[in-house]
Amino acid sequence: MIETRDLVVRHGSATALDQVSLSVRRGEMVALLGPNGAGKSTLADTLSGILSPAAGTVRIGGRLAHVPEGRQLFPDLTVQDNLLLGGWRSGERDTAFVYELFPALAQARRRRAGVLSGGQQQMVAVGRALMSRPDALVVDELSLGLAPNVTRDLAGHIVRLNAERGLTVLLIEQNARLAFGMCERAYVLEAGRVVAQGPCAELAGDPRVVRAYLGGAIGGGTRS
Amino acid sequence: MSEFLTYLVNGLAVGCGIALIASGLVAIHRVTGVVNFAQGTFAVIAGLSASWLLGAGLPHGAAELAAVLIAAAAGLLTGLVAIGRRGTAPQSSLIITLGVAVLAYAVEIVAWGDQPRSFPGLPGSVTLPGGAEIQRHHLLVVAATAATFVLLTLFFERTYPGKALSACASNPYAARVIGIDVTRMGLLAFLLGGLLGGLAGVLVTPLRPISFDTDVLLMVNGFAAAVFGALRRPGLALAGALLLGVAETLAAGYGYAAYQTEIALGFMLVVMVVQASRRATIHEEAV
Ligand SMILES: Nc1ncnc2c1ncn2[C@@H]1O[C@H](COP(=O)(O)OP(=O)(O)O)[C@@H](O)[C@H]1O
Ligand SMILES: [Mg+2]
Repeated sequence: MIETRDLVVRHGSATALDQVSLSVRRGEMVALLGPNGAGKSTLADTLSGILSPAAGTVRIGGRLAHVPEGRQLFPDLTVQDNLLLGGWRSGERDTAFVYELFPALAQARRRRAGVLSGGQQQMVAVGRALMSRPDALVVDELSLGLAPNVTRDLAGHIVRLNAERGLTVLLIEQNARLAFGMCERAYVLEAGRVVAQGPCAELAGDPRVVRAYLGGAIGGGTRS
Repeated sequence: MSEFLTYLVNGLAVGCGIALIASGLVAIHRVTGVVNFAQGTFAVIAGLSASWLLGAGLPHGAAELAAVLIAAAAGLLTGLVAIGRRGTAPQSSLIITLGVAVLAYAVEIVAWGDQPRSFPGLPGSVTLPGGAEIQRHHLLVVAATAATFVLLTLFFERTYPGKALSACASNPYAARVIGIDVTRMGLLAFLLGGLLGGLAGVLVTPLRPISFDTDVLLMVNGFAAAVFGALRRPGLALAGALLLGVAETLAAGYGYAAYQTEIALGFMLVVMVVQASRRATIHEEAV
């Protein structure tokens, strides 16, 4: 469903992704871990077509929607309008299913998205992505800046979308515990390269992964 | 009293012209985040074109329509230069529009000469019960402006394409994430800006002759009004424009004609200082 082969992406002259190959099969939920600056968001932007590869290939077998890092809503538009605009590509104009999925948004539909809580904003971001009726979802840092119980609730929704509707998910996370709890398989990206990959159970036993992502010293790999 | 009424209606008509310039500025800024300094140029191009086409024998109506379309084309052309290259920052685009406005002087002088031009507007006048006389053309300007603002507000706030256009400036990255072609939408906004500028030009020229460098006066006034609406609220921009138009016309009517530009500049400065102290509206929304 999602496949990259030897993908190279540059920001100006800086190489953000260097020969990245990964794949997510239809209906699968796969995690992508890595410290700040590893190139995770660059990969998400490339998958959704905002950035173009300098080399290598990207293959998407269906419609892909992107929940960007930091929500990236239209703050001065209402929740309803944010959702409606999610249907720009698909032509979907019926938002009822999003409010069924996230009942908490129903009362907020006429409010400006910018004034909502972080958790509600993330729901709008996910709902807006679902409005494009996607086959695959790239979620960039679901848990960023959210309280643990809010993150758990949202994670539950993503897991159900995957299990019940067969939505393919690439879950970009810095919180490895959360990602390992949700996915079967994971990739670890560092400085633009895939440095580890495999079933989460195996990765959770890899001393390097434990040290970097499960020991609390997260974010040590930032480069300039 | 009837003299005052006449000045008032004149002022409203002048204000409507300013408002139309401001509406183009708002339309372009709302979508692209760019302050378009060539907005007055679109009006000048339309005014000069209309006068030229009428001189060439085109009937009223057809000449004005063609002039507005020429201005719309100029708007699209300006957009292509200013934002056509992907990733151009709004601040850089602003400088490019200034360049376009200056370059346009050369084109206009070559095409139409450097002398002011005008053409007659809607002929005739109506007399109000109090004895004040109002030119028909002034009423036309007011009606056209009212219609434009109603349509523009409905378009941006009630229609799907209007919301998608607003989304482009609100968060260009997010707009691309959901699949909106931000550059193409920006070009559409410049086309709309050209159209609105052109409308301003053909309506205002019969009130006051226009020459290649009138764009500065139009732009100063239009920008002052647009800033009153924080460069994104058509309704507030209209209010600011009417205020300006009336103030300037009253000043001119009672013998202070030389101070018209200063009034606009002073108004703009006060509004900007007040807004800047409330919150950094212009900066925040231009970035
Ligand atoms: N728009 C940009 N221009 C220049 N460099 C960028 C840009 N976006 C990201 N980068 C750089 O690319 C690298 C990868 O960034 P990013 O993909 O955001 O990483 P992550 O999402 O893993 O934190 C970083 O070194 C970052 O500084
Ligand atoms: Mg990131």
